[in-house]
Amino acid sequence: MRLALRHVFVLVVCAFALFPILFVVSAAINPLGTLASTDLLPTGASLGNFADLFTSDRYPFARWFINSVFVALTSSFVSLLLSMFAAYAFSRMRFRGRRVGLLALLLIQMFPQFLAIVTIFMIFTKVTELYPAFGFNTVWGLMLLYLGGALGVNTWLMKGFLDTVPTELDEAATVDGATHAQIFWRVIMPLVTPILAVTALLAFIGTMSEFIMANVFLRDPESKTLAVGMYGMIAGDQRNANFGMFAAATLLTAVPTVGVFLWLQKYIVSGLTAGAVKG
Amino acid sequence: MSLDVRAAAGSHAPPRPRREITTAFLVSRVVVLAVAAALLVYAAPPLVAAGSWPALVVLGLATAAIAYLYLTRRFIPAKYLIPGTVFLIAFQVFPVLYTVSTAFTNFGDGHRGDKQAAITAIETGSVRQAPGSPEYSLTTALKGDRLVFLLVDPKTKQVQAGDPAGLAPVPGAQVGVTGKVLRAPGFTVLTAPQAAARAQQIAALAVPTRGGLIKANGLSRAVEGRSALVYDARCDCVQGEGDRWKADEGQGYFVNATGAHLAQGWQVSVGFANFSRVLTNPTISGYFIGVFGWNVVFALASVGATFALGMAVALALHHPRMRGTRFYRIALILPYAMPSFAMLLVWRDMFNRDFGLINQLFGLDVDWMGQPSTARFAVILVNLWLGFPYMFLVTTGALQAIPRELTEAASIDGATPWQGFRKVTLPLLLVALTPLLISSFAYNFNNFNAIALTSEGGPFPAESPQVGATDLLITYTFRLAFGTYGAQFGFAASISVFIFAIVAIISAVAFRRTRRQEEVYA
Repeated sequence: MRLALRHVFVLVVCAFALFPILFVVSAAINPLGTLASTDLLPTGASLGNFADLFTSDRYPFARWFINSVFVALTSSFVSLLLSMFAAYAFSRMRFRGRRVGLLALLLIQMFPQFLAIVTIFMIFTKVTELYPAFGFNTVWGLMLLYLGGALGVNTWLMKGFLDTVPTELDEAATVDGATHAQIFWRVIMPLVTPILAVTALLAFIGTMSEFIMANVFLRDPESKTLAVGMYGMIAGDQRNANFGMFAAATLLTAVPTVGVFLWLQKYIVSGLTAGAVKG
Repeated sequence: MSLDVRAAAGSHAPPRPRREITTAFLVSRVVVLAVAAALLVYAAPPLVAAGSWPALVVLGLATAAIAYLYLTRRFIPAKYLIPGTVFLIAFQVFPVLYTVSTAFTNFGDGHRGDKQAAITAIETGSVRQAPGSPEYSLTTALKGDRLVFLLVDPKTKQVQAGDPAGLAPVPGAQVGVTGKVLRAPGFTVLTAPQAAARAQQIAALAVPTRGGLIKANGLSRAVEGRSALVYDARCDCVQGEGDRWKADEGQGYFVNATGAHLAQGWQVSVGFANFSRVLTNPTISGYFIGVFGWNVVFALASVGATFALGMAVALALHHPRMRGTRFYRIALILPYAMPSFAMLLVWRDMFNRDFGLINQLFGLDVDWMGQPSTARFAVILVNLWLGFPYMFLVTTGALQAIPRELTEAASIDGATPWQGFRKVTLPLLLVALTPLLISSFAYNFNNFNAIALTSEGGPFPAESPQVGATDLLITYTFRLAFGTYGAQFGFAASISVFIFAIVAIISAVAFRRTRRQEEVYA
């Protein structure tokens, strides 16, 4: 009886979790492709919206997809590496300014980067004049910007992971004559890989959904990321007409993430809480 | 700490034998030098061209420091800290400091450049055709790849070349019957389609003359005009059109006797004026407190609701005889895996009055985003949907770390399930999760996307179209800085500083309390 109640409750929450997704699926395969004609349950099935998405001249969806995946993969990979380096130093070495450095990171982390959006805009106006390859409308410039936030977000989390790895391991390696670089790459990195994978996935999801910086940064249609491009797709009077295409694009955007998510599900629970407890 | 003792003991160990030079060692050093050199070669020329010598010096010193750091065997911690720190300083610390300094200026529309730029803008902006001045016949041409005007005086048939540096006579030019220059030595004459393609460049080119400017009027005529307003350095004022505007260094404007100012101003320091405007200007401080109050409510409600729902589901699933947990988990995590920006937009459309799903499903006709109370309810509901899977995940993990014996012991001692949850499970959960709850609060306090992509800050009351009912401080600031009512960067920056301070204080207090809590329970 009590167990049945639990099931009922969880099923209700599942319904709440799933109905918007069902609506998106229904809109994506809706042959008419408008918001007004979409119901919760699919009324017809066609792949017309997906076909429109890849043949459209106005919306270079494939280009946006590549931009987004490229920026998200590269910046989450590099930013994890950078914060892993820093976490290794903070966890394993003792040096002057260590405590101050850790506190400063904690403080900086509390200032969301985009509060400074006005000045970032001004800085990159200058950068665009000097180095167009890293200026506005380039994924490289956007990536640099994302890397600026790397250290603040992940270093504490990583340091928490590293503190749980016994130092006897590095000491054994030191006795065997390993250098600090060898210890980092051959001893530490293999041990924290599963947890790195989880954090990388979270960084990937975060970057894929980042909107405000990218929106200020990328104006040229070819350089847009999915978030900026798809926002434009249902802006203004296009809102009703393009909804089917937008829903199809949403599903395609979710495919890689959901796949990796299901694959890593086991690690995600333990990875998140390991960071939480040590945080 | 035991770690410190061990590290200290390690430093007294006998020195290791000198390491032999391996291939990996050599390769890594070569790579370091190559990267440093490449950076210098790429970054230096534009700086030289722009003449920014201080930046060049910083670049040179930084490159040298990095090369030295990775070639020497000392400073091992710095080797690991520098890569991330460089990005941190360039794209986070520096913008933050720059934001703080902008908050003390009036930078924004009408105050973008320095005083000289404002004077130039005023003078060129007031150019009118001078009475009795000649109307030149215009031919556009290229000298090298620079655009120049070839101007034929209608009376004297004399040909002159004009560029931003001024006028110069062109000897030996051939002029056609229509007054167009056909050929001129040293110049490439543009054909009509070529000229049309450069129409914007042509319209922008101004050739200075003794008392004014020559500007193109279409593609085949050019006229000499005079600035109606002229700056006079002796009185530090702008004169013309029967009036005079004195420079006011306090406001960064040229102001006349009646107090009216010219549109173009320059950037000046205004001290704490922006900050005191937030606090003392009755309309703005009214907005500020209202927005701040809703902002706190929004962040608290988001964290509270997501945590309550996530924890409730995690507890419901946390039962030894519960079946189908794997299926449930996947279903519950799915919202977290969907792209959040897209789902926010989908939710916005589900709340649409005319063809939204919510009204359709429940047979309602509510203008969700049109009334303050429903709009606020809607954005919190959307945020609940986006956020509870994360809370579900972390609570599930934390629950598994709590030994079951503890709750069993409580129930043997006669505690009801509610008491067992309230006195045993919840406190232990909170010890593990409070840091996450605090960061979640800080995140939601500035959750730009959740508002900007759904209600866009609205609904807006008729009397103040600048501030909507669901506006957070961050969306309000964003509208001030980039909004349709003209950019007010300086003022927006001062609000940013307030937000910095608020978030930092709240987090600091919360973290302090957490530490005390951990001491109590742990």
